[in-house]
Amino acid sequence: MAERPEDLNLPNAVITRIIKEALPDGVNISKEARSAISRAASVFVLYATSCANNFAMKGKRKTLNASDVLSAMEEMEFQRFVTPLKEALEAYRREQKGKKEASEQKKKDRDKKTDSEEPDKSRDEDNDEDEERLEEEEQNEEEEVDN
Amino acid sequence: MADVVVGKDKCGEQRLVSLPLSRIRVIMKSSPEVSSINQEALVLTAKATELFVQYLASYSYRHGSGREKKALTYSDLANTAEESETFQFLADILPKKILASKYLKMLKEEKREEDDEEENDNDDQNDEDEAES
Repeated sequence: MAERPEDLNLPNAVITRIIKEALPDGVNISKEARSAISRAASVFVLYATSCANNFAMKGKRKTLNASDVLSAMEEMEFQRFVTPLKEALEAYRREQKGKKEASEQKKKDRDKKTDSEEPDKSRDEDNDEDEERLEEEEQNEEEEVDN
Repeated sequence: MADVVVGKDKCGEQRLVSLPLSRIRVIMKSSPEVSSINQEALVLTAKATELFVQYLASYSYRHGSGREKKALTYSDLANTAEESETFQFLADILPKKILASKYLKMLKEEKREEDDEEENDNDDQNDEDEAES
């Protein structure tokens, strides 16, 4: 899969905002500095990915997971990131759970309203939809590898 | 797949992750040995990258030249890459800058040293590395 050079960069506006959040008010960031940080961020992603992948391989897994990334941070001597990352992970999981419950609830409400001749069948299909969506994403990633 | 993981509260609190997941994913996939990436790993990598950007920026600013405290410059970053062990992996992409005239002078010095050491063991690698910094 060929990537254009710009695809490996992160958007300037977001990078700039993140930098500004880390510095005191009124500090200027030269264009060169911002560009350098952006490049550094891309290199960081590569380094972290490679490191996390080693952990996945050690665990005989082909899919990188959250714990691989956390282990990578420790390995790279960014232990200070581990706690905030774990918090982010918790928040993300809660959010996902909330979304799933919300959509399941909506569907249950919809089912009650519509007259369905085969109520059991449609309910099963609805429950599988969310899981299929997640699995589809994994499958898409695996398909790309074959290209 | 949502490009940005949004953790929006009703009060409009900060998002969980600001960097676009799709772009992070492209970068991760460009790594040759990686097969698949679980969604949580993607989110954590994006978040870690944000933490990294903040850390690199604030560290470089704090350790930067005292006179220029009102600005973060490229040389602040290059210094960090060279002097901090944690950020050493950035040394190649954030080289320190020197004047062209200085560099040419260094090249001439190198050439002279190489000529002198023709019969001895060459430590060429070390010399070349110095020129690059």
